[in-house]
Amino acid sequence: MKKVYILEDLDCAHCAAKIEADVAALAGVESAAISLMAQKLTVNCSEDIKDSLTADVKKIVKKYEPDVEVVEK
Amino acid sequence: MKKIKKRLYRVLAGAAAFVAALLVEHLVPFNSPSMENNVELILYLIAYFIIGGDVVKKAVSNIIRGQVFDEQFLMMLATVCAFFVGDYPEAVAVMLFYQVGELFQSYAVYNSRKSIKDLMNIRPDSANVIRNNEIMEVEPDEVKIDEIILVKPGEKVPLDGIIMEGTSSLDTSALTGESLPRDVETGDSVISGCININGNLKIRVTKEFGESTVNKILELVENASSRKAKTENFITRFARYYTPVVVILAVLLAFIPPVITGFMGETFSFSPEVFSDWLYRALTFLVISCPCALVISVPLSFFGGLGCASRKGVLIKGSNYLEIISDADTIVFDKTGTLTKGNFVVSEVRPEENFEGGKERLLSLAAHAEGFSSHPIAKSLADAYRMENGREIDTGIVSDVHEEPGHGVSVKEDGAEVLVGNDKLMKKAGISFRENDAYGTIVYVAVDGKYAGSIVISDEIKPDAKEAVKRLKERGIKNLIMLTGDGKKAGEKVGGELGLSKVFSQLLPQDKVARLEDIMKDAEGRVVYVGDGVNDAPVLAMADIGIAMGGLGSDAAIEAADIVIMNDEPGKIATVMDISQKTMIIARENIIFAIGVKILVLILGALGIASMWAAVFADVGVAFIAILNAMRTGSIKDRK
Repeated sequence: MKKVYILEDLDCAHCAAKIEADVAALAGVESAAISLMAQKLTVNCSEDIKDSLTADVKKIVKKYEPDVEVVEK
Repeated sequence: MKKIKKRLYRVLAGAAAFVAALLVEHLVPFNSPSMENNVELILYLIAYFIIGGDVVKKAVSNIIRGQVFDEQFLMMLATVCAFFVGDYPEAVAVMLFYQVGELFQSYAVYNSRKSIKDLMNIRPDSANVIRNNEIMEVEPDEVKIDEIILVKPGEKVPLDGIIMEGTSSLDTSALTGESLPRDVETGDSVISGCININGNLKIRVTKEFGESTVNKILELVENASSRKAKTENFITRFARYYTPVVVILAVLLAFIPPVITGFMGETFSFSPEVFSDWLYRALTFLVISCPCALVISVPLSFFGGLGCASRKGVLIKGSNYLEIISDADTIVFDKTGTLTKGNFVVSEVRPEENFEGGKERLLSLAAHAEGFSSHPIAKSLADAYRMENGREIDTGIVSDVHEEPGHGVSVKEDGAEVLVGNDKLMKKAGISFRENDAYGTIVYVAVDGKYAGSIVISDEIKPDAKEAVKRLKERGIKNLIMLTGDGKKAGEKVGGELGLSKVFSQLLPQDKVARLEDIMKDAEGRVVYVGDGVNDAPVLAMADIGIAMGGLGSDAAIEAADIVIMNDEPGKIATVMDISQKTMIIARENIIFAIGVKILVLILGALGIASMWAAVFADVGVAFIAILNAMRTGSIKDRK
């Protein structure tokens, strides 16, 4: 399944790459892509983790960019 | 924007404090050196915290969370060390320029996001649906198929549909890049996202919002930058190693040379002066260790290129496609709907010299004879008759209709025996006729057993097709190939007229796949396929780059394609290639320039030649120039 998050106020390309790599490494995530320009994180993952994914993504984003707001789309 | 402004004010205030500190240092005479040092230190620290307080705060909170190699921490480390070494102005300047660079970077990103947002303005906010004779304003996605919507002048068409009532002009420029408005009337189909200019239109909805053109386009544009080009991936990978490597080098630089020189004497002696010199050199490393600006200039280049293409009516589904098409050397075209308009019109009426009644009668006879047929050819003849005479054909004058499938038709018209059909019909009836080798479908006409003349029906070559082929050749495309299901003669005629290098004709849909496979095997560079029809979907997906004609094209073709040309002009292929090549040049310029300058300053810094000021330039100045350069992709011009 596909989930999309808006990462508000994400400006740093380097941090975006780090967030992308960490989300992609989560168990159950097949692929993760951040479009810095669209401020959008697209995650392809298995059904099993759909409930825990949002919390995990928020945790990762907080770690690198505490000021960025994660909004589920 | 609010946040950017707030940061700007803080940087300006900090810069003012910095200038004040500089003035005090150079102009105010102090009695004692230690007093001077203390006053200056306090002034510089004030400026430092105004400018970089948030960086320090973030760095500290990052360390607590276990994040060491991030840029805030490195900047803090570099500047705090500079304070310890006694280079106060440098410490503040590094922080100041770092913040200016960050600010500029945010502004550049904000700006190009805004230009895409303007493009997103095609999203309709509401639809006026007519239910129970009442007009209700609802969300576009609440309208169902076959409901009637009302679009007033100045409004956007919210959903795809067919006009039931009304005439108007539509502004399609946001979708196609075409500046001339399109006139529409009852019975025409309209696509969502156009702006209704003058008349009220009642439209029967044919697609739900999720499937409508405007929604498809928005999804496509929004998702485009998620598919990254190789160059983008290269730079993020580079950044991952760059920072740790530079930081480790900085640590080695600070400690190893002083230790070595310490051992060079008789006994080990650690000299603070030597250490301070090497520490300063190491600090220049830390200042240049942040890769963020470099990392952002590359996606920014691609983003600008994608936006530029969108404004010209070409939608590209990902940066990777923009990158690949710059390496294309073979372009394969579908014929109908791609190079030709895909409409069938009478292009020539050629009566025999001695035929009584000339062109007018020949067309009239043929149009009436075919009057009962539903074949596209019959429709083209009837259309041509209506254009010439201003009235419909009158089937009442026709009798004794005999249709001969695959050949044509024989009828009685005004007492005359009329035969209308292809060459086979003429041969079968034993009529000697003059063969017409024009491009298209030839209709032969015989009256009372005598050959009367021929009519050519062909689909028109698009007006810019020839120019498009010429422009592609100028851009280094070696093979321009056409695949068509049409007969050999018709295909070669079109190919010859346009100057294509090769034509494969009489192909069934599955043959196209096999042909393309062969072409891709032989090609040195990348292969682009341009098509529009349903049966093109497999070939579009197979080619390195599939380009679909969006206006005429089927949904399946647009889905399978990587690039969509909204106004169906083949000339846009050359436009995309221009944008692609320019974008690649700019992206590569940025990479080479930024990495080059950084490495140069690293070397000079290690040798003790480059000061911290040079390092600040290598970091912020390079970012500034690279971002400005990247923003040029947003306004690439067409090259004729």
